[in-house]
Amino acid sequence: MPAPTNDQLIAFYKEMLLGRRFEERAGQLYVQQKFSGFCHLYIGQEAVSTGCLNAIRKKQDYVIGGYRDHVQPMVLGMTARAVMAELLGKVTGCSRGKGGSMHMFSAEHRYLGGHGIVGGQAALAAGVGWKIKYSKEDLVCLCFIGDAAINQGQFHEAMNMAAIWNLPVIFIIENNLYGMGTAISRTCALKVLADRAKGYAMDQAIVDGRNVINTYKQMGDIIENVRKTSRPILVEIQCYRFRGHSMSDPGTYRTKEEVESERLQDCLEQLKAHLLEKSLAKETDFEKWEEEVAEQVEDSVTFALESPDPELSEIWEHVLA
Amino acid sequence: MAIMTLREALRQAMTEEMERDPTVFLMGEEVGEYNGAYKVSKGMLAQFGPMRVVDSPISEAGFAGLGVGAAMTGLRPIIEMMTWNFAIQAFDQIINHAAKMLYMSGGQFKIPLVIRGPHGAAHMLGAQHSQCVDHMLVNVPGMKIVSTVLPGDAKGLLKSAIRDNNPVMFMESELLYGFEGEVPDGEHLVPLGVGDIKRAGKDVTIVAWNKMVLFALELAEELAQEGIDLEIIDPRTLQPLDENLIFESVRKTHRLVVLEEGWGVATLGCHIVDRVVKECFDDLDAPPGRVHNHFVPMPYNEALEHEVMPTKERARAAIQEVLYR
Repeated sequence: MPAPTNDQLIAFYKEMLLGRRFEERAGQLYVQQKFSGFCHLYIGQEAVSTGCLNAIRKKQDYVIGGYRDHVQPMVLGMTARAVMAELLGKVTGCSRGKGGSMHMFSAEHRYLGGHGIVGGQAALAAGVGWKIKYSKEDLVCLCFIGDAAINQGQFHEAMNMAAIWNLPVIFIIENNLYGMGTAISRTCALKVLADRAKGYAMDQAIVDGRNVINTYKQMGDIIENVRKTSRPILVEIQCYRFRGHSMSDPGTYRTKEEVESERLQDCLEQLKAHLLEKSLAKETDFEKWEEEVAEQVEDSVTFALESPDPELSEIWEHVLA
Repeated sequence: MAIMTLREALRQAMTEEMERDPTVFLMGEEVGEYNGAYKVSKGMLAQFGPMRVVDSPISEAGFAGLGVGAAMTGLRPIIEMMTWNFAIQAFDQIINHAAKMLYMSGGQFKIPLVIRGPHGAAHMLGAQHSQCVDHMLVNVPGMKIVSTVLPGDAKGLLKSAIRDNNPVMFMESELLYGFEGEVPDGEHLVPLGVGDIKRAGKDVTIVAWNKMVLFALELAEELAQEGIDLEIIDPRTLQPLDENLIFESVRKTHRLVVLEEGWGVATLGCHIVDRVVKECFDDLDAPPGRVHNHFVPMPYNEALEHEVMPTKERARAAIQEVLYR
């Protein structure tokens, strides 16, 4: 995969900035009780989505993930409005207000959902891979799971099926080091999570997900290789979430120093430094982009707040097809 | 009309639908080279090849989930469970994924998936292989449930289930794969959600499904000698339930006994009684009766197993009770 062009790098920055500011605003709205339920913010992991999902054929390749799912669909092209409205449970949301924070869906963008049962989506992804192979399509499925999902039985079953049948699925562990408040080192005997692949004679890779340029290039190669060979792969993308697991996280399980040292590797700051160093952007550009993104986020909030709730009759819709 | 076994009827249904629609495939343990644990899929691998008749690893949650994912993206999987006991491993995929997907995606992802296999006790298989999960699953919105053993119904219902755009849980019976019955010639579809009167009668309405239908028919012949005329209603589809057929029958006989395999607590039988009491209160001449398993894990010993299952003695007693005899 060639390195991203200068224009792409700027687009990446703006996209990651949108993800960051969108989530910050979502967190505020949650605290202000504009919506309730669960809210898992993606702050810190933006380079994973941007790096991976710009390397696929959007609207053709399939993407499925867990419940930390506000930002991925926007990278695929869903509007901030549709995601924010879904967070607020409005009928204009991407799942008509019936999915919520953990269940963003878009058939148009082939985003097969945010899923709330840890590891369950791995088996679904095997099914998507099966469909691609069965239909002899030139496509892949990207399946995002958290680090703690690798301890679920369904993850094992899905990996095994993908391996024995050579399904074109890229299993991506977004390793942010913690499953909720439990360090992965306390729940998994492996030092390198990607080593789970060895148990399935599957290919594996490790990606530095704090660096979007690197993520994009490496994932591009991986994706095209899977497209060509239909051999699945397990990719561990190393990253960190700056916020808690969800909004109710006391944060007692990790030190301030650890979080601070991770912030020094913030994917957004790394890309900004790169753009400045290569003279691809000036400080004033960043100020301008901040304003643009702020406007976009506020537009999504206004839209969501002003959108109607679903009609009560909607309760009975979509129970059965 | 042809006479064929339940397994032949099920095989015909799958074969005809796979010939008609290239997106239909069968996956499960031993369905291919072994020709099916109960020979339901015998010969299908040879006809359709390994991409359409697929031997899976022993990973019920995994391949049920594979079916859900494939259904989300346009295929129509038939997932065979060697028994519904093993499908309990896949309840996460059935309940949390298959049944929820359409709703929580706001109508974007339908799940045209059939999960089928034998259900209920067979003979001396012990506690882990003798379960009824139908009453657990009728309590889950977002899917349909079929339970049938008569070859004609089974063929027509399975064809409809494969064409349905919803997850359909399809429950058969291990003991009755060799049971013979009439199957109409040509294209034969039985709509989901429509029950059937298996025996018309005037004295007591019996609601029974799966192998309890055969139990009820046998009992009806015996009781007929004693001047008791049973009407047997087989809902065939447990979800959605053909309530009106049951109500109409109760309004005629004024008496109801539900005969169900299963453990009797918070079951479909309880629900049927609840609905009948609400909708047919003034028509009832006696409190509805229920016959079901004793509330214990299934014992292995033959005599104990027989006693735990609904017995003719208990069924007779329940029928006599609603007749005040």
